[in-house]
Amino acid sequence: MSYSISISKRLEAIGAKEGSRLSVASRGKTFVGTLMPHHEFSGEDIIILKLSSGYNIGIRILEDSDIKVLGQPAPVLKRDILLEKKAGLPNITIIGTGGTISSAADPKTGAMQPQHSSAEFVSGIQEITDIANITVKAAMAIFSENMNADRWKDLAEAVAEEMNNGADGVVIMHGTDTMGYTASALSFMLGDVPKPVVLVGAQRSPDRPSSDAPSNMTAAVRFCAKGGAAGVFVVMHEALGDDSFAVHLGTRARKMHTSRRDAFKSPNTGPFAVMDKDGNTTFKMEGRAVSEGKAAAATKMEKAVTLIQYYPGMDPKLFEDVIMKSKGIVISGTGLGHVGSDMIPLIRKAVAGGTIVVAASQCTEGTTSLNVYSTGREMLSAGVITVQDMLPETAYVKLMWALANSDDTDEAKRLMMTPLANEMSGRRVADV
Amino acid sequence: MSERELTCGIEIHQQLDTKKLFCNCESTLCDEGYGAVYRKLRPTVSELGEMDKAALVQHGKDVFFTYQSCKGSSCLGELDEEPPGPLNKDAMETALTFSTMINADMIDEVHYMRKMAIDGSNTSGFQRTALFSTGGYVEVGGKKIGILSVCLEEDSARKVEATAEETVYRMDRLGVPLIEVATAPDMETPEEVMEVALKIGNIFRATKRVKRGIGTIREDLNISIPGGARVEIKGAQELRLLPDYVRNEMERQKMLIRVKDILIQRGVGPSEFSLEDVTEMFSKSASKVIKGALAEKGKVIAVKLPGFAGLLNGDNGKLRLGSEMAQYARTRGVKGIFHSDELPNYGIEQEYVDSLKAHFGLSSEDAFVICAAKEKRAVDALRVSVERANQAIIGVPNETRDPLPDGTTRYSRPLPGAARMYPETDVPPISITDDMLDRIRNNLPEFPEEIAKRLVSTYGINAQQANQIVRQGRDELFVKISEETGMAGIAATLITTAYAELDPHAIPDERMLETFRLLKANRFSKEALPSILKELAGGSDVEGAICKLGLEAVGCDEASEMIAKIVKEREDFVRSKGLDAIGPLMGPVMAALRGKIDGKQANDLLAAEIKKLIG
Repeated sequence: MSYSISISKRLEAIGAKEGSRLSVASRGKTFVGTLMPHHEFSGEDIIILKLSSGYNIGIRILEDSDIKVLGQPAPVLKRDILLEKKAGLPNITIIGTGGTISSAADPKTGAMQPQHSSAEFVSGIQEITDIANITVKAAMAIFSENMNADRWKDLAEAVAEEMNNGADGVVIMHGTDTMGYTASALSFMLGDVPKPVVLVGAQRSPDRPSSDAPSNMTAAVRFCAKGGAAGVFVVMHEALGDDSFAVHLGTRARKMHTSRRDAFKSPNTGPFAVMDKDGNTTFKMEGRAVSEGKAAAATKMEKAVTLIQYYPGMDPKLFEDVIMKSKGIVISGTGLGHVGSDMIPLIRKAVAGGTIVVAASQCTEGTTSLNVYSTGREMLSAGVITVQDMLPETAYVKLMWALANSDDTDEAKRLMMTPLANEMSGRRVADV
Repeated sequence: MSERELTCGIEIHQQLDTKKLFCNCESTLCDEGYGAVYRKLRPTVSELGEMDKAALVQHGKDVFFTYQSCKGSSCLGELDEEPPGPLNKDAMETALTFSTMINADMIDEVHYMRKMAIDGSNTSGFQRTALFSTGGYVEVGGKKIGILSVCLEEDSARKVEATAEETVYRMDRLGVPLIEVATAPDMETPEEVMEVALKIGNIFRATKRVKRGIGTIREDLNISIPGGARVEIKGAQELRLLPDYVRNEMERQKMLIRVKDILIQRGVGPSEFSLEDVTEMFSKSASKVIKGALAEKGKVIAVKLPGFAGLLNGDNGKLRLGSEMAQYARTRGVKGIFHSDELPNYGIEQEYVDSLKAHFGLSSEDAFVICAAKEKRAVDALRVSVERANQAIIGVPNETRDPLPDGTTRYSRPLPGAARMYPETDVPPISITDDMLDRIRNNLPEFPEEIAKRLVSTYGINAQQANQIVRQGRDELFVKISEETGMAGIAATLITTAYAELDPHAIPDERMLETFRLLKANRFSKEALPSILKELAGGSDVEGAICKLGLEAVGCDEASEMIAKIVKEREDFVRSKGLDAIGPLMGPVMAALRGKIDGKQANDLLAAEIKKLIG
């Protein structure tokens, strides 16, 4: 319950636990209610009760406060949830990793639980069970800021296994903060995966009636079930309403807003497809057809790769240690991909030591080019490579993968500069 | 002790005049909204306790809402697109001040809750609300009325359009701070209900942080009588109608108890719901409703109610179970029902009544109900009508009812169950410290009684007038008039007599002030004040009222004559331009009248004369 030590002791001494019905008399007032867990920001001397009106209140406990247990909570029975199989529907596996889409408040205490039972959540979305035969698996239960290369590996292997065991598509429930990174990692690890793999998240948790989780999930399952294209994608709201959805290429999706439902955009390319509330899908570009091949996961990753954002006045001395320890560096540079001249000697030294230095742009939209200005030309001379309009975070993930899946630096560089999963392009359409 | 004839408690919702509760938006309403964001709200698993697939299908497929934004009055917060900001400090201080003024005990640490509501009135599917204090009281007529709770919560979105296809909400009102005050069920007469509401309203106004005007304060009444049931009248806005609502509800419950007694006496049991399609029988009916329904491929469905004759509408209109049934039926989308106690009427002739009675084999104690509409709707409407009729055997049902402008109420829905509330995890708990409360206590505004005393000592009016002015909530207006014109005595008399009889929202304060300015300028005599007020209440401005009442040297007739002359002199021009001639003619008109009437009035008279000329 995480109450302070002194409060916990008093509660334990009288046998009070979360859910117990208590009478608390303090400072001349008496309240009767159900004991709630402590809130992180609640005062140390506060006990939280849920009154019969439904309101929670915090009561300050003093030495002479009187706390009595009036009753104990009845045990809650958990029921198994079985999803029926229907003939003629495609088989879709939903893998849970955590994040907002997989979190929910405990209905009794209101505490946010790190893991909502994936099966429970999915069975609440009646629509998807009419679209596909759904199998739910929980791979992990973490907030997406805690994702890393090892977890990408686990996830890629889980996807390949599901697909090779007959799944017609795999949907991954993921926290939105780093969903773009994971989508990129899976794009490179799974290569020419034969079926759709869709990452889906939510900006409002499923315990809220207004959650975007059910509609995003429905759109994701529909996209998989239609089998319109193979590859790794991200599906989220296209706009603020619950009636339009965007399907993004895994290597192109980026979270562009901290809280809006339509936070995900595809800079430079726009979405791969859009879908309306009834599932009608409009493809905006040509995709790779679904096939019957096997899925294979190339999951090796070089972890000594860093992603650095250049800023005016960046002091090379502060970064020397980091840069010299890295086997690959992506610099999110200014404009066309620049860093200040002060940084160039350090970059030259790193390249000479065998480090790959990739220039990307913090502009997000547009391509990089180091040929236009003298600083850029100096960077090229120092050995920096550019990767067209690849997003900095995609470049970071790809560099980890390229270093680990090539025999030498040159091959890794060549991989970096070759499009593998639609992550880069030499052509951007004039949006006029 | 004898049983109380009435048990009534009130819940009052007062909007605060601050920014919104959890964002920096203005709390003003907008005439126009923009955008149309499509949203669905789903009952959450936790809310249902367990999975109700039928309900989920219903919500997943059919129910959606459209939300309009408002410049200045809504942001991403209202659209449920970002987490709530910090609690508005002014609103919180007002809740603490109000709580202190009603002698309540403050909660040590306030926890915001999510009160679930998936009717679309909140974009999030819940209302943020928190309990601030308990155990307060007010004294009315020497009696203590308990105040069970004071909450500070968000107002809901405004419904601006509802069709069968969609419900459109505007988000200007969403998130406006509301103080919700719930009294104990301590009131025993209709008059006491109004006095308590007035008293609480006066304390609200004393904080000087509350909104004024229609719609800014809403009352819910919880009413029960011995042998009756708890009925909630939700959202009353007209204070002066509160006693009527209570009285009418008491009468309604007494009537239903009488109906029940008669049914028991007759030994009537619940009616079976056995429908008859009588479309064929009515195919040649002259009734407009039936013709209309049949033209739209609807059906005429009938059902019998054995033992109910004379109760649906009987004893010279004193027994009205039929109207209760019709209100239930209308919630199912039909225009209404016809029952045997009101027929023949509405174009349904005796021969139809006779053939229906024969068809059902009804005796003189039996009744029937018919409904003409699309089959599904008609069946649904009749089903709830029969359920309502059968309920009458048991007694008065618990209901939520809508207040109507004539002082009566209409069924809206069953009483909701206990509110489902979960912690609002995005808002940290708020500690109410002793320092905060000391500061509030040391800066309390004037209590209504103190205001009345001040009016007596400063403006020399009598105590009875002062108390009534405060009770009416017109003390600020009174002070303004007295300060500007020095006519405190006349103002006090007017406010407590002629003005008190009018709708308090009908005349803007500025217009009242203007009236006294012109009175001071001797434009009319004080005897004319009551008549002028009547004109003002009808929407007239002060000059217009003076003119209309013929109170001035240059009356409207004289002005009209002069204007008619000017129009006639320029007949060709006027005929060619029509009403567009108003602009060019205003110069000569104003010059001729030499400022005896104002521009707006001259404009109106000129328009009238032009219309007269061109026909």
